[in-house]
Amino acid sequence: MKIGIPREIFKDERRVAATPPSVHKLIGLGYEVVVEGGAGEAANYSDEAYEKVGAAIASDTTSLWQDADFILKVRAPMKNPSLKKHEVDLMKEGAFLVSYIWPAQNPELLEKLAAKKITSFAIDALPRISRAQKMDALSAMANIAGYRAVIEAANNFGRFFTGQVTAAGKVPPAKIMVIGAGVAGLAAIGAANSMGAIVRAFDTRLEVKEQVESMGAEFLVLDFDDEDGSGSGGYAKQMSDEFIKAEMALFAEQAEEVDIIITTALIPGKPAPKLITADMVKSMKPGSVIVDLASERGGNCELTEPGKVAHHHGVTLIGYTDLPSRMAKVASDLYATNLVHLLTELTPEKDGQPQVNMEDDVIRGLTVVREAEVTWPPPQPEAPVSPKPAPGTEEPSAEDKAAAKKEAERRSLIGKGALLVVTALALYGVGAHAPESFLQHFTVFVLACFIGWQVIWNVTPSLHTPLMSVTNAISGIIVIGAILHLAQAENLAVGIMAFVAVLIASINVGGGFRVTHRMLKMFRR
Amino acid sequence: MSTGLVSVAYVVASICFILSLGGLSHQESARRGNLYGVAGIIIAVGATLASVGDGGIIAIVIAVLLGAGIGIPIANKVEMTQMPQLVALLHSFVGLAAVLVGFSGYIEPLVATTGAEHTIKLVEVFVGIFIGAVTFTGSLVACGKLDGRIDSKALTLPGRHLMNLVAIIACVLLGAWFLGTDNMALGLISLVIMTAIASVLGIHLIMAIGGADMPVVVSMLNSYSGWAAASIGFMLGNDLLIVTGALVGSSGAILSYIMCKAMNRSFISVILGGFGQTTSSSSTTDSDQTVYESSADDVCEELRNADSVIIVPGYGMAVAQAQNGVSEMTKILRERGVNVRFGIHPVAGRLPGHMNVLLAEAHVPYDIVLEMDEINADFPETDVVLVIGANDTVNPAAAEDPGSPIAGMPVLEVWKARQVVVLKRGMATGYSGVENPLFFKDNTRMLFGDAKESIDKLVGGLRG
Repeated sequence: MKIGIPREIFKDERRVAATPPSVHKLIGLGYEVVVEGGAGEAANYSDEAYEKVGAAIASDTTSLWQDADFILKVRAPMKNPSLKKHEVDLMKEGAFLVSYIWPAQNPELLEKLAAKKITSFAIDALPRISRAQKMDALSAMANIAGYRAVIEAANNFGRFFTGQVTAAGKVPPAKIMVIGAGVAGLAAIGAANSMGAIVRAFDTRLEVKEQVESMGAEFLVLDFDDEDGSGSGGYAKQMSDEFIKAEMALFAEQAEEVDIIITTALIPGKPAPKLITADMVKSMKPGSVIVDLASERGGNCELTEPGKVAHHHGVTLIGYTDLPSRMAKVASDLYATNLVHLLTELTPEKDGQPQVNMEDDVIRGLTVVREAEVTWPPPQPEAPVSPKPAPGTEEPSAEDKAAAKKEAERRSLIGKGALLVVTALALYGVGAHAPESFLQHFTVFVLACFIGWQVIWNVTPSLHTPLMSVTNAISGIIVIGAILHLAQAENLAVGIMAFVAVLIASINVGGGFRVTHRMLKMFRR
Repeated sequence: MSTGLVSVAYVVASICFILSLGGLSHQESARRGNLYGVAGIIIAVGATLASVGDGGIIAIVIAVLLGAGIGIPIANKVEMTQMPQLVALLHSFVGLAAVLVGFSGYIEPLVATTGAEHTIKLVEVFVGIFIGAVTFTGSLVACGKLDGRIDSKALTLPGRHLMNLVAIIACVLLGAWFLGTDNMALGLISLVIMTAIASVLGIHLIMAIGGADMPVVVSMLNSYSGWAAASIGFMLGNDLLIVTGALVGSSGAILSYIMCKAMNRSFISVILGGFGQTTSSSSTTDSDQTVYESSADDVCEELRNADSVIIVPGYGMAVAQAQNGVSEMTKILRERGVNVRFGIHPVAGRLPGHMNVLLAEAHVPYDIVLEMDEINADFPETDVVLVIGANDTVNPAAAEDPGSPIAGMPVLEVWKARQVVVLKRGMATGYSGVENPLFFKDNTRMLFGDAKESIDKLVGGLRG
């Protein structure tokens, strides 16, 4: 099957859906790949680079669309202004498509695709479960957007992020508030934190507190009865009025204090919540910056102008909607990798023939049009259930633990006591009944055990193997006993036994010392 | 030579042995330590030869030279990966020698004894032969298992504990009979039967112990060989043998203790064997878990961009013979200024300190090879961790999941690093049969394939 990679025609879109490394992997899955001339140019990938890994280059847009059985692209298909034709109309009937589609906002597009029997996978409709993470383009792009938001803010901010004390005076660190600690928010926190700013973050979902803190930000907590804003699939849900009131009060208070606000709050299927009012903007210090990552969906700030940089009350409001595209190289790399993972799932046989397995949760969620049928929305994903410990593995209660510990201590005490008694009795028995000669040897034996104990604990663990081989060689000292017997042997059988004993004990001595020497020679700095 | 001089020579030899073990406390003094050991043996054997006079001197010299002539070439040839087998084999020799000397000592006692002394001597003979026989057959089985000639899985016969118990009780009864009889022939018969039972017991004990418990087994057998020598020393009334046996015995005992502690298991449970069979059923696979596969190129890229790398080798590295490639890779990375270190779990491999020897053979400087306790705190500041053929020793379940069969076992906390790359042949569980959640962590990448081939690819990639 032939995969087509068209050039993106959306205004200012610099990304491309396949990079030379991803094309290489697609070919490995059994596909042929055709790339439209100049498709990767804005992302710094030349046509030659694609050709080098085995892709064909199509110079003509129309023929690319018509030849390809499987289109991979970034933006949803749209009307091509120069050809005066919709991209869907250019496609082969019964072909496949992967791109952003935003099925909720674009019902007409779905109809159009279904009319041409184009099986369409909306990468933005990917179910958010951990198995699908490797295909999660939204997260990948959000990560880039979060980073870029900080860079844009820095670019428009007249100070350092990090505080400095210089000969020319002291510079305070920038204070940044991040609203919404999703992927983009966390990326922004990380980037801002590593540039030295003081970062605070707010999110309605209390479960992200730890993540926020792990990225180096302070988690702002509302003075409010704990209402958790976690919705299904890892997104936030809409909150109660009182909660929003308390939240707005917090933002108003913070706006006066911080230098930069980065907002990332989105609720699926709804316009972005308005969190920063015109009054709050007014209350900010002159020179402050607001980066509104929700501007494509209306913006979190009342004064945001989507796609533009606006200035109000001395505050710069950045409403760019194309932040990932501003980092086209890395955005294309990650997006292309997401698509390769998706195609790997779709082509388990690696034979270049996609199989749409509607039983698979991930594929089911992605598929918005299957042949002539619109299959969006998919059945609701189950709400995340907090894992319950399996019966039997429950944490024992504190009392149980204390009791168990006490019991263990008691037992160990009894064990020690018993050992002491037995040892004492044994020693008494030896002392009372054993002959003098035995006691002499016994003394030597016990002292030698203690010396061994002391000496061996000092051996460095990395030399444990040489220790074993050297003790092995030394235990060949049994050769002495064998020699004594061999020397005085009168009985032939004893002689033979002693001879064999001397022989094998000597093997032990010779081999053991030799191999230890070899090993120790290897240990060098 | 007078008895006094012989005794003094034996004291000197004992001191040499103690200094020899003491020398192993550090790599720099270790070689000197080994020479002390050699000196000790030479002094001891020389003094003994001088004391026995002419009797059988030719036979003795032939036997000693023949033995050394067999042992030294073997030691010269042996591969470092075969070290566990060799050590086990050498243990069996000590065991066999103890059995033979014990029999000789019973048939032709060197020292005439009467009364209580005689009884004690008989007990010593009996105990010496018993330990010797268990050590002999047990070590042979351990050697076979380590060499792959015998299936390294634990053999669990029904009622095996009962069988062992019966065997031991039978030996005790035989011992009572042995002490009671004055007839040399009857005594010999009971000794032979006991030796046979002890031999079977040795085989059965070690058969029941699985591959990864081998470090404990080998050090335990090391300990036994020491006790066998000590009991023969008692029999002969020879203090040198007693001292040496006690040194070796306690050395092995301490090693066993360290190994058991590192697996968070009691010595008894290891000896009773059968681990890894009953627990495998408790592993559960969550279907909603992704394994991220990686390629050699990607790993090269990670390594190139890293400031600090920790390599965690396991038995898999020894099996694949990947240590030379690992050493080469270490060299390249260190030349690039990457801080490369090794983290060694106490029970990694099949012998205490096995990994250290393999890495030393491959010319990895020993000062970057660190113990678990030395390196565990550094994982959070590490960019890339390469796990090569290790599994249970890096299992986060041991630290995080109190319900896990290996809960509480100290492990290398590799998952705290920024990125973990696991080199592994497939998704199989480790020796304990416990699923390893490490493989499903977000910061873990799997590089499937033979460890040696994968490492060679990495070396090629890093050079290019």
